Amino acid sequence: MSNTKNINDVSHSPSGVGGKLDFTITVYTENQVGLLNRIAIIFSRRKINIESLNVSPSEAEGIHRFTIVISETEDVVKKLCRQIEKQVEVLKAYHNTNDEIIWQEMALYKVPTDIIAEKVKVERLLHQHGARAVVIRKDYTIFETTGHREETEGLIKALEPYGLIEFVRSARVAIIKASNGFHEKLKEFEQTEPGEELVENEFLDKQDEVFTM
Amino acid sequence: METLEIIKDKETAIKEPVSISGSQAVLEAFIAEGVHTVFGYPGGAIMPIYDALYDYNDKLKHILVRHEQGAIHAAQGFARTSGKVGAVFATSGPGATNLVTGLADAMIDSTPIVCVTGQVFAHLLGTDAFQETDVINITTPVTKWNYQITDATEIPHVLAKAFYIARTGRPGPVLIDITKNAQIQKIDYEGYKKCEHIRSYRPKPIVRKEYVEEAAKLINEAKKPFVIFGQGVILGKAEREFKAFIEKGGLPAAWTVLGLSALPTDHPLNVGMLGMHGNYGPNVLTNECDVLIAIGMRFDDRVTGRLDKYAKQAKIIHLDIDPAEIDKNVKTAVPVWGDCKETLPLLTKLIDKKEHTDWLNKFHEFTKKETEIVINDELHPTGEQLTMGEVIQLLNELTNGDAVIVTDVGQHQMVACRYAKFNQSKSNITSGGLGTMGFGLPAAIGAKYGAPERTVVAIIGDGGFQMTIQELGTIMQFGAAVKILILNNQFLGMVRQWQELFNDKRYSFVDIQSPDFVQVAKGYHIAGSKVSKREELKTALATMLDHKESYLLEVMVSKENNVFPMVPQGCSVSEIRLQ
Repeated sequence: MSNTKNINDVSHSPSGVGGKLDFTITVYTENQVGLLNRIAIIFSRRKINIESLNVSPSEAEGIHRFTIVISETEDVVKKLCRQIEKQVEVLKAYHNTNDEIIWQEMALYKVPTDIIAEKVKVERLLHQHGARAVVIRKDYTIFETTGHREETEGLIKALEPYGLIEFVRSARVAIIKASNGFHEKLKEFEQTEPGEELVENEFLDKQDEVFTM
Repeated sequence: METLEIIKDKETAIKEPVSISGSQAVLEAFIAEGVHTVFGYPGGAIMPIYDALYDYNDKLKHILVRHEQGAIHAAQGFARTSGKVGAVFATSGPGATNLVTGLADAMIDSTPIVCVTGQVFAHLLGTDAFQETDVINITTPVTKWNYQITDATEIPHVLAKAFYIARTGRPGPVLIDITKNAQIQKIDYEGYKKCEHIRSYRPKPIVRKEYVEEAAKLINEAKKPFVIFGQGVILGKAEREFKAFIEKGGLPAAWTVLGLSALPTDHPLNVGMLGMHGNYGPNVLTNECDVLIAIGMRFDDRVTGRLDKYAKQAKIIHLDIDPAEIDKNVKTAVPVWGDCKETLPLLTKLIDKKEHTDWLNKFHEFTKKETEIVINDELHPTGEQLTMGEVIQLLNELTNGDAVIVTDVGQHQMVACRYAKFNQSKSNITSGGLGTMGFGLPAAIGAKYGAPERTVVAIIGDGGFQMTIQELGTIMQFGAAVKILILNNQFLGMVRQWQELFNDKRYSFVDIQSPDFVQVAKGYHIAGSKVSKREELKTALATMLDHKESYLLEVMVSKENNVFPMVPQGCSVSEIRLQ
């Protein structure tokens, strides 16, 4: 998996503020009490805000997957990933920009049912945003949408005039486009002597760039 | 209660499981890991372990300290002189929180430590029970690994993991918190199996030959190569490999405070100390070398000074076992990731045999200048008052550089590091990264247990000594023959020096009063004396060293001496000041 990029490209990127970009950090770990704290303090110690954090099982049995979104320069993100990988119970940490991943966030909206019933416009609005009713009660209805931040936020704006009662959005979940999953890697980790695949290392693999200081 | 037979061979497991308590399982694990000395302090939540310890007295020596901070610093001193894992017992709550400074110190100085703390009963966790604190979360940032055991069946394999993690890779402190119920709980014990592999943990990275080749190529092409080394050489037990490497390449080598003693002081390629109070040549020439070879060091800010003006002209080769260190502070041209015990011989094989005489002479020229302006006055002062440097110089003459030197933190520490002579590795014990005042005395006690055959001299300032002075009680009770050399300048000298240089001599709370240290020692039945005259110094030092037991010598030194050279904070290493 390629996770190397020329740092200069990032700092000159017009989309980033001061060279900062959204990075999604994917961490494969053992399932252990306290590990969330160990990972979280790597960010808080450096006063870096975590924009979004999700912990879930992964495709490999017993292996958990953290998906962390932060806005930072690639240089800082790389250092953070190394600090994360240094933790005993962490197997691997990857970092990717938005164009390298497919990601989604889920949002729930609670809206007064009578308004929806009265106004056809609202129903059309929800439909346009791909919202799906999860619960319909006399007093309120809960809708769900899945998408990128702009999409879920777009629906809030649209619903606000009609009395949005409550809103909540989940953390980002992301799949790395170039990833082959973790099954094969895990097999290597289980061996005492790791193979080439495991020795994969961002400095070691950027041989061409290494000597251009 | 009978103790179990020690299981010497990891292959031999007990055939029939025996029923033992969790506490016994802890002690069995310690013995199987080769621990013979534990530093600790009992308390409510660790009482079952202490009760079991009562029957293990012949196999496991327990040193009762006077404060838990003393226990962990002693374990650090032990680990640093012995090269083994230091072991600590403490109780829950305040016992555990008192370990935090030592854990932070061991973490930043990569010292292998296993701490076992007692914890309240599992059913009381989170109820604000008596002496309950969230030890795991408090210690997470300052431990390499920590774990809470609530069920005794976990004890053997968790402790095996603890020792494995503490001593392998880049070493560090590990804390295991064991609830009281788990200490009491009986388990079917099937013997102890050492841990040799954790799938998520790769202590020893595979060495990539192409980078060793690239590094060798850079070194062979270099006109002004410069080696800077740290504790990694000592932790990797690679002193011999290191020496062979610099000797073949004719490479001048300078050390960090923690790398000190890895290379004998009088080695012709040893060009001195790096950093804020390091030597003149190594600092200035860092910004003149063409290839900088960093070995087992982490480019601490006290070493680099201003980063954007640090060795910008040089191609940097960084040998380190910890991948997180590479590119952390200084951008590396060639990262040689791996255990330097393995990478150094590979590199030595590929480099050309060379002598960089002119380049080495440049270091000597700087030494000459430093000697004229700084060193002569420090070692051979003409003034009436004693200097710290002349005390160290006399000590060198008397010990011939064979002693273990333990220092506290401050001016005396920098002077001792600059002037103490060392012939063998693992001889300089100091708190480098954290700068923990109060480290010296307890660390010296531990250092003596770690190397009982060696002379251990604890050089301590009047400020730091008062931070852990109670450990004199530990010496009194258990007899560690530590030589305590107090360099008393009646000030918190390093802060005073900064206030003099940078705060217009506004001496804000650095004027510290001390008790009569010799009388205090006498109260603990430790012999001692006090000198302030030059003509008495040598005899006094000899008396201290010749004394069979512990001895305290207080030397009154000049009040307002400054440690020079100095790289002021925020300045480049080449802006080092000689006065």
